[in-house]
Amino acid sequence: MITKESVAHVAELAKLQFTDEELQHFTGQLDEILNMVDQLSEVDTEGVPVTTQNVVLENVLRADEATMVTPRDELMRNVPTEKDGLIQVPAIIDKEED
Amino acid sequence: MNFETTIGLEVHIELKTKSKMYSPAPVTYGAEPNTATNVIDWGYPGVLPSANRGAYSLGIMVALALHADITRFTHFDRKNYFYADNPKAYQITQSETPLATNGYVEIEVDGHTKKIGIEELHVEEDAGKNTHAGDGYSYVDLNRQGTPLIEIVSKPDIKSPEEAYQYLETLRQIVQFTGASDVKMEEGSMRADSNLSVRPIGQKEYGTKTEIKNVNSFNYVRSALAFEQKRQIGLLMAGKTIRPETRRWDEPTKSTILMRVKEGADDYRYFPEPDLPPVVVSQEWVDEVAAKLPEAPTARRQRYVHELGLPEYDAGVLTNTKEMSDYFDQVVALGADPKQASNYLMGDVSAYLNDQQVELQDIALTPEHLAAMIKLISDGTISSKIAKKVIAEIIKNDTDPEAWVKAKGMVQESDPAVLTPIITDILDANEQSIEDFKNGKDRAIGYLIGQIMKQTRGKANPKVVNQILMQEIKQR
Repeated sequence: MITKESVAHVAELAKLQFTDEELQHFTGQLDEILNMVDQLSEVDTEGVPVTTQNVVLENVLRADEATMVTPRDELMRNVPTEKDGLIQVPAIIDKEED
Repeated sequence: MNFETTIGLEVHIELKTKSKMYSPAPVTYGAEPNTATNVIDWGYPGVLPSANRGAYSLGIMVALALHADITRFTHFDRKNYFYADNPKAYQITQSETPLATNGYVEIEVDGHTKKIGIEELHVEEDAGKNTHAGDGYSYVDLNRQGTPLIEIVSKPDIKSPEEAYQYLETLRQIVQFTGASDVKMEEGSMRADSNLSVRPIGQKEYGTKTEIKNVNSFNYVRSALAFEQKRQIGLLMAGKTIRPETRRWDEPTKSTILMRVKEGADDYRYFPEPDLPPVVVSQEWVDEVAAKLPEAPTARRQRYVHELGLPEYDAGVLTNTKEMSDYFDQVVALGADPKQASNYLMGDVSAYLNDQQVELQDIALTPEHLAAMIKLISDGTISSKIAKKVIAEIIKNDTDPEAWVKAKGMVQESDPAVLTPIITDILDANEQSIEDFKNGKDRAIGYLIGQIMKQTRGKANPKVVNQILMQEIKQR
């Protein structure tokens, strides 16, 4: 059973803001979605190894060669504001810098 | 009350590759902002990452150098977070299956050896670089985005700030010798986050730990940990509690400053990376990397002391960097006397590097010519006094020492057939000195040698002169 608090927590992690009514609304919706997905637990998975992939591939690796640069002006076409080739964003100081 | 300190270190090291961890964009330093990156790094819709085999091999190499167990079945995980330094809003890392686990580093503290365990080593990617301009905006350069990193996490074996310092220094050296990274704190290719907790001796559970971030030298890490240790003990002694918080080192005030209090555990919602298939590390792959693993610094030190007869001190200095150690090995392989090679590298060559602020690999002098000069000393062609002039010349210009000393007329005269007549002439002219010497005035010999040197313009081999002189005097 999903609670309004967990929906609020997920919203916070996703940096989304909702009104109380919206939270209430989503709580009901998400609960229904989770119940639907929960049907999967009816399948007997005894002895089936955990999978992290839906394609049966392994070791798809690339040689260490630098072969692809996207021109800056193309990259910047999706950047709202730039300055001297840098992406301009509101100052964020809540996370420590590396 | 007595307290026990526990320190954990998380070290990030940038791998020396040509391309990014998950994209074929180049890894560069100092390029124009946002010109060494591509749509994959930026996580544009529809792009597909691909893992860099070379980076993975370097990760395996470091893992082997740290005596760690390589994980055979590995996959990548997504760590989700929102921050402007990474437009993908997630970092591809390894959480469930780190590339290696259970390694160790041996450190020297107070003259004894201590093993510091490595919990795990995993491969991940670096983020871009934010600059805070103070105008209400931050400016982002994503050239660094996707640069291959390894993160090395220590076990709770480190018990003092000094041990932490030694661990970092030893780790730096080990990784430097593998060639997998430049491991330069000042350039950000090695970064260390530390955490520290204290507990009353005898208490089973660890105390609450605080994290220290953004420390850019090993010395500052040691200072910050020493400060933090004192601060925490002070709080506990005053009956207060320690909050889980992140602090940073402030060099001007020599103290750690609160950055933020941690409220609840970070929630990164890790899940297996769906865009990258798992990586199976075969024994062949490990063998292939192991075959290329350069000899470790401790093994080299032992070889220098036990096989080449160098003092421990020399062995320590010569193995400070792989470049110096490799250079020394080459000079010795070319037939130079090991102690002489060590002396010139630690003395004249190191002084020159310091003076010019350059690295060994940037100077003209080749191992061939340094070895040739040392051989000229060993076979008596030049005196060690003349060698001072020769080394100054060859460091700068890599001149062929043999040709140079010949051209400059610096070759010692060691031929008895040439020296004997000169010596007998001088003896004939100084019978009083011979008399004085026979009467026990040792100073007379100095006068005679001085005369011979004058006659040969300083080129006579002092050893040979001494022999002939004694022989001749005996016969008179």
